[in-house]
Parts: sequence; structure tokens; C-alpha cells
Amino acid sequence: MVETLGIYRRLAFARVRADWQYRGPFIGYTITQGLISVLDFVQIAVIFGRVSSLQGWSVAEVAFLYGTSSVAFHIGDVFVSEVEFAPKRIRLGTFDSLLVRPMGAMVQLCADEFAFRRAGKLVQAVAILVWAMAAVSVAWTPARVGVFVMMLVAGTAIFGSIWVITSSLTFWMIEAGEVMNSFTYGSAFATEYPMVVFGRWLRRLFTFVVPAAFVNYYPALFVLGKSDRLGGPSWRRFASPFVAVVMVLLASFVWRLALRHYRSTGS
Amino acid sequence: MRLFWEVARRAFRRFSTYRSATFAGVFTNTVFGFIQAAILTAVFRQRATVGSFDVRDAVTFVFVSQGFLVVMGAFSGHLTLAERIVSGDVVTDLYRPVDLQLFELASDVGRAGFQCTVRAVVPLLCGGLAFDLRLPSAPRLWLLFAVSVALGIVTSFGHRFLVTLTTFWTLDYRAASQMATVVAMFFSGFAIPIVFFPDWLERFSRLLPYVGFAQIPIEILLGKLHGLDLVAALASQVAWAVVLLVLGRWVLARATHRVVVQGG
Repeated sequence: MVETLGIYRRLAFARVRADWQYRGPFIGYTITQGLISVLDFVQIAVIFGRVSSLQGWSVAEVAFLYGTSSVAFHIGDVFVSEVEFAPKRIRLGTFDSLLVRPMGAMVQLCADEFAFRRAGKLVQAVAILVWAMAAVSVAWTPARVGVFVMMLVAGTAIFGSIWVITSSLTFWMIEAGEVMNSFTYGSAFATEYPMVVFGRWLRRLFTFVVPAAFVNYYPALFVLGKSDRLGGPSWRRFASPFVAVVMVLLASFVWRLALRHYRSTGS
Repeated sequence: MRLFWEVARRAFRRFSTYRSATFAGVFTNTVFGFIQAAILTAVFRQRATVGSFDVRDAVTFVFVSQGFLVVMGAFSGHLTLAERIVSGDVVTDLYRPVDLQLFELASDVGRAGFQCTVRAVVPLLCGGLAFDLRLPSAPRLWLLFAVSVALGIVTSFGHRFLVTLTTFWTLDYRAASQMATVVAMFFSGFAIPIVFFPDWLERFSRLLPYVGFAQIPIEILLGKLHGLDLVAALASQVAWAVVLLVLGRWVLARATHRVVVQGG
């Protein structure tokens, strides 16, 4: 494990160094990524320019949801979303080279495609989150801080697992990979807003099928001291770590299944 | 003209072969449509109208715009030509006895034409099953909508062509392309209808070419534009299409002076 991490670090660092050879585009791209996500939040700002609250959620509270969702999503994006490249490599026939090396395919893939420039988005997400935490009227008790930290960790694990599971499923549908955007980017988009704005079917989808609601909505109810207008059981507020563990186990199972299913084109 | 038609037809057929990709795209657009429609519906629980839009207008806007995202190339700020500029293959494009800009335009029109069929229609149908949409029965509005969409496609091509040409100088199109994607996404109304913007920002957005990608065509479809406003909107689309195409020609002429063929 330690050895693997060491190799991962060296491979990922090599990738960053390689990108750094083209300094201009690298810096440009990192900055653009940051700017992109600023426009992302502007969308929420535009909405709150028109209304003072959304289903009982103030702008600061929605910003808190946005911040926690984006921080978790973008940490996952920096470190794990590289598995997205698996179908592309399968199509090009370069996936095999990962399998013949004495190391997990996932670690190699994530290190090989490691894209530090994506961290540009993380900066903006953290900034929004810090602002939101100051703006919400919440007494930061130890319990609240604990749940808050837990939601970031669990949220990252949940988003990371969604990346791995959806990418694994594309092994069976190489050409239709875009479907998976509905679950990855779709759940990131949906969790920027409180679940109460959604109809019953979308809420069920994001609670039971793609459990993105556990990334931030349920724990945020506790942290912000809000009542669930949907009347869900109160234990859901603390269920995120369990959901995260289940998702990680499921992700590692599905990934292994996909690898076993994989047949090289052999040409 | 004949060549233009043949290139466009082949691009149409090329894209029609990617069936599972088309299905995947339709699925994703529909899911995002539902999420976005729910968010905007929540806004209308607090107030009856935003600008000239009521909730039915907004939800209709969402499902029409989801269908036209890919038609307008909203996910990619560049053309695949950019990759050929990086690799140097563009020289073979340049010494063909056809106009490069027209050739690329034809192929993009063919692509957009195909995507106007399945990808534009299915999300709208799915949205129609779940929501009460406001689609006009007057053929006149559909016809004007089609004209406006066609102008939008040409304008969007003109924009992406210019972004693509920057590759001749930068040799890396990703940053420029991403930036262009986001700016276009935001100011076109694809991210959120621009009637939601504060007034000053809405006025500013209407001066840019991007409103022609979604806001103008869909406002026409919803019957929001009448008389002189309608004429002015279409005229601005024509003007932008011409300006961007002419600019593209000029930049292309300058760029080709820079092409250096390696080896040989």
C-alpha cells in the first residue's frame, strides 16, 4: 500500500512536470478552469437576484450546499475522475499496457492522466464555502464541526465512487459513455441546490440510486439546523459515512468486475 | 454550392451512424432538463413572472435549449480542425482546391442538421410528458424559429472557427476553447434564460452574438418577439453571422502565412 502510494506520487508528479513544460497553456488552462466555476456560481447568484429564498433556503445556505458539493466533487475530480479515460483507452487499444504492468490499473490510470489544472476549480469552491460558512447564522458547536468535516470526507468518497462505478459501466458501452455524465455531472449539479426543489422522482433517484443527497443535503440539514421539509427519517443526517463506505465497496467490486469482463481487441 | 451540399450531406450521414452516442446524449440532456426545470420551477413558486417569462415559458425554454445545446456546439469551443492544426495535417486541407472555411462550414451544417433531428426533439418530447409546455400551434412561429436556429448555427460556427484559428498562434486550443465554451454557455441563455439576469446584464448580453444560439430562437418560439423587435432580433443574428464569417476569413488569410511545413 505504502509502496503503491509512493509510485503513484512519482507518476502523478511526472505528469505534472510534463504539463509544466508547456507553461503558458498549463497556467492558462488552470486559470480558465477557475473562471469557469465562477460562472457556475453566478448562476445561483442570478437566481437569488430574483428571489430572496428558494423553498426556505437562503442564498448563504444554498452557497453552503454549493461549496460542500463542489469541494467534494472537485477533490474527486482531481484525483479519481481520471478513470473516465478508461473507455477512451479501450477504444484506442492502449488500455492493455496498463494491465501488463505489475500494479493496479486504477492507480496507473489516475496517475497517468493526473491533471493538476483541475485544481483551479477547487480554489473557487473553497472560497465560496468559506464565505458561506461565515454568512450562515450557525453556532459552530463541536458536533456541527464534526458533521461538517465528515460530510466533506464522505462526500468526496461518494463522488469518487460514482466516478469509478460509472466509468466501470462504460466498459460495457464504450460508445455511450456520455450517459454517465447524467450521474457524475448531473449529481454534482443537482447537489448545488437543496433536494426540496426537486420532484419526488428526482429526489428518490438522488437518495437511493445515486446517493448524492448524502454528499451534502442530509448532513447540511443538521449543520444548518434545518428541518427536512420532505419528512425523511432523522438518522439520514448522520448516514453519510455509511453510505460512503458502501459506495466505496461497491465501486471496488464493480471496477474488478469490469476488469474481468474486459477483453482486449487483440489486434 | 454543389460541393457544399455534398460535404454537408456526408457529415449528416457520418453523425447519424453514432446511434448509441446519440442515445446517450439525448438521455443526458433530458436528465439535465429535469434538474434545471425543477430549479426554475422553485423560483416561480416565489413569484409569478421573471421578466416576460412565467413558469411555463421557463420550463419550455429549458427543454428546447437542452435539445439545441449540441446543435449549437455548446460543449466544444473549437472544431476538430484545431487538432489538425496542432498535428500539422492542416496543410493537406490548405492545398485542396476548396475553400477551407466553406468546407468546414458545410461539414458543421451537416452535423448540426443531423442533431436537429433526434437530439433536439427527444428531450422536448420527454419534457412534454412531465410538464405542461408552451409550444405554439402557429406554423409561422415554427418557421421563424427554424430560420433563427439556422442563423444561430452559422453564427456559432463562425465563433468556433475563430477560436480554432487561434491554434495557429498558440498551438494549444484547450484553454481558449474552454473559455469560449463557458462564455457562450452563459451569455446564450443555455445556462439560465437571460431574462433572469439583472437588467444591466441582460441588456449587455443582448449586444453579444451568443443570444442567437438559444435566447433569440426560443423567445421567437414562445411568441415573445413581435413586429420591430422580431425584425431587429433576426437582423442582429444575420449581422453577427456575417461579421464572424468575414472576420474568420481575414484571420485565416493571416494564419496561413504562418504555416511552416516541417520536413518534406
